[in-house]
Amino acid sequence: MTFLQLQDLVKRFDGTLAVDGLTLSLNRGEMLALLGPSGSGKTTTLRLLAGFEVPDGGRVLVDGEDVTQLEPVARRFGMVFQHYALFPHLDAGSNVAFGLESLGVRGDELDRRVARALTLVDLEGFERRKISQLSGGQQQRVALARALAPEPRVLLLDEPLSNLDPTLRERTRREIRDVIRRVGITTILVTHEQDEAFDLGDRVAVLCQGRLEQAGTPDELYVTPANPFVARFVGRSSSLRVEVLGRGEQGTRVRIGPAEWDVERREDGPPVPPGPALMLVRPEALRLTPPAAGALSATVRERRFVGPSALYTVVVEGSGAAIEVVAPHQAVRIGEQVGVMPSRRAGGGIHLFPEPTP
Amino acid sequence: MTGPRAARIAAVGLLLLLLWLVVYPIILVLIEGLHEPSGWTLAYVRQFFQRPSEWQALWGSLWISLASVVLAAAIGLPLAVLLARYELPGGRILGGLVALPAVLPPLVGVMAFLFLYGETGFVSLLVQRLLRLENPPWQFQGAWAILLVHAYSMYVYFYLFGRAGLASLDLSLYEAAASLGAGRWRTLRRVVLPQLYPSLTGAAILTFMTSLASFSAPYIFGGGYRVMTTQIVATRLNGENELAMVETISLTILALLALWLLRGTHAPDNPAGGRKGVAPARIPLRHPLTRRLLTVFAWGFAGVLLLPHLTLLLVSFVPVGTWTTEPLPPAYTLANYLALVHDPVRVRPLLNSLWLATAATVAAVAIALLGGVVSARGRLRGARLIEGLLALPWAVPGTVFAIALAAAFSVHAPAAGRFILVGTVWILPLAYLVRNLPITSRAIFAGFRALDPSLEEASASLGAGRARTLRRVVLPLLRPALVAGASLAFVTAFGDFVTSIMLYTYDTRPISLEILSSLRQSDVGVAAAYGVVLMLVSAAVFALGAERGSGG
Repeated sequence: MTFLQLQDLVKRFDGTLAVDGLTLSLNRGEMLALLGPSGSGKTTTLRLLAGFEVPDGGRVLVDGEDVTQLEPVARRFGMVFQHYALFPHLDAGSNVAFGLESLGVRGDELDRRVARALTLVDLEGFERRKISQLSGGQQQRVALARALAPEPRVLLLDEPLSNLDPTLRERTRREIRDVIRRVGITTILVTHEQDEAFDLGDRVAVLCQGRLEQAGTPDELYVTPANPFVARFVGRSSSLRVEVLGRGEQGTRVRIGPAEWDVERREDGPPVPPGPALMLVRPEALRLTPPAAGALSATVRERRFVGPSALYTVVVEGSGAAIEVVAPHQAVRIGEQVGVMPSRRAGGGIHLFPEPTP
Repeated sequence: MTGPRAARIAAVGLLLLLLWLVVYPIILVLIEGLHEPSGWTLAYVRQFFQRPSEWQALWGSLWISLASVVLAAAIGLPLAVLLARYELPGGRILGGLVALPAVLPPLVGVMAFLFLYGETGFVSLLVQRLLRLENPPWQFQGAWAILLVHAYSMYVYFYLFGRAGLASLDLSLYEAAASLGAGRWRTLRRVVLPQLYPSLTGAAILTFMTSLASFSAPYIFGGGYRVMTTQIVATRLNGENELAMVETISLTILALLALWLLRGTHAPDNPAGGRKGVAPARIPLRHPLTRRLLTVFAWGFAGVLLLPHLTLLLVSFVPVGTWTTEPLPPAYTLANYLALVHDPVRVRPLLNSLWLATAATVAAVAIALLGGVVSARGRLRGARLIEGLLALPWAVPGTVFAIALAAAFSVHAPAAGRFILVGTVWILPLAYLVRNLPITSRAIFAGFRALDPSLEEASASLGAGRARTLRRVVLPLLRPALVAGASLAFVTAFGDFVTSIMLYTYDTRPISLEILSSLRQSDVGVAAAYGVVLMLVSAAVFALGAERGSGG
């Protein structure tokens, strides 16, 4: 059941397209993460939703109602700002009460609902605390309580964790997720951190230069990236120029330098036509072998520690392309001659895209 | 947010108001200087260029202003370095004391100098006695007297700006210089001074503009020596109104030209990017002799700087006509202060200044606030223009504005936006208002800039309309800026002399004019008592500001 719809939104600043025909829809209670590099238009999109900017084209619909031209005041969208924007001259309770007062809530009812909102974010009894006396994480939660207290139709989060210590981030992320799940509110959050997007979003929309590249569950984005941008931006991958030869025994047959591999066919699109193509490979989709026929010959250049295993950068002989491969610690030494092979027979985790025609 | 209708209408209204109050009178001056009943003429301009006295006055204004900058820097900068970087006994108190010339309004400072160094001044008599001279050792008159007063009242700009600049320097800069083998002088020359450059050019511009506009010192101490501000007043008294207009134009052009030339010297405020870290600790003076000499010098100097304040205080307790040749007054009384409260003739100027300054301040704050609301936030076209118009009176000497307002508002032509206000009670508050716009709007605009725009957006997203956002979020957060702007404006208007002398009527005579007439009648005690009142009001405002500054 579609609850929030963004239809063909367009926003220009001084002639530059910040948001370029963005269309997205969310079900009631769904949480969507807008993910993209800086300048991709994700914050502008959020501000269009909040009503702080007026789009040059397109519509925003909530529950069937067109709110595109509605002032922010009348929109009943809750927003948590990147720097929280808590009112420094008001205490935590008065901050939370602010939106409720706009709705005409007064007296005992007001106190009760403020207390409830603060309890929701685990800050019971913090009503009279000054904002300056709160830690960063607590301020974050007051901001969330303030946005949720008037029971908005949609919750918007602008880089909600970017102001926190890395050590605090993961914990706060869980807390935010739990609170939002409990409230069941339709939520859009903006982030440039993949982990954050994957952890919080039921679905993730990847934006680049104001355009939607792909929207889907984290799994979909990782396993079936729609284009090279998504494949590169989501997770790690190395790119290689290859030549598609046609159908092989177990998928598409490609030639990489002297080697020929079979790459798993994707069912979500047309097959890549024979000819030059771009191949994007996840590090875990490859394995290192002793130099052998059918393997790419390469030299180990760098090893990085990534926890349970190591991430090796190897340089392919001939083309000089650098590829990242996951392998056990101490598998090979720097400078060693190795072979590179797909780790699965069918070549999963390897994505082919036709060379963009110039 | 695109400006909604109401904001646009307010912006247009404000723009028109400012054009009418700030630009229009100056244009009328231009017209009057180039116009005679029979039509356009360059006769007065020719007259201006042909008289050597005009050139002398213009040249006098220019070189005195330049010399004031040099002198003020020569005093203020070493003091700033000494007190900001070195540990002296009582350094903290000294740091406050040497800023005290700032609490003397121009006319009051001049009066104190008169009591100290004038013909029968304290110091003059003392020197005369010590050297057993028949006549006073000097005539405190002419260019050098003006310069001395300027140096005294304006080194504070260099001192305060320099100290603030030094305080913002990170300890790591000094440490980096030291680790790269730079000695104390090289560090000062190559690291510290270049970083202070923006503060110092700021102080230089302020000093130059203030002394170009200075009126009290040349008026009282100039004697036969004329600078352009006093020349304008003299010409007007002679009845050569059109010539006075040409002089006014010449002074305006000089001021704007100077500002335009100095504009490029403003380096970006923070070239090194965000400055974090610790301000360096003061350096203890190890050598006992250096330490003793510098301490004696600094305290002695502070004493000299405080002489005017002490003199005012002393003279304010002296009964009329009792103190003639004695080194210290033979009798003391509270009568002068009581007169300010009880004598209807003496109370009047006090009450006048009070209401005139209050009215002007309230109006200036209201206009600046409106300017802030419509221009600091919205992306309205014309926002920059509004900001520029609010700042313009700062660049134009007070004398010019007094003349311009007198020219604009002594004619009844409602269709041309001109009304007869000269001679009514309204002209002085209007003049104070125009003069106060820059100071008030600078404070209030700074407040708006410090205000995170997302606070207003947060308020809107929580369902609060414009009025509620202004009342509940913007105004409470702007309060420090509003108080700062209002109090500075009030102090300036309360002690104003330069515009008052040209626009006052007997019924609206402000404190400064009463001081002047008391001095003329040798009623020095009452004049000093008024001076003390003005001094205390300024001191209270500065103390308020300092407290806020340190309290965060």
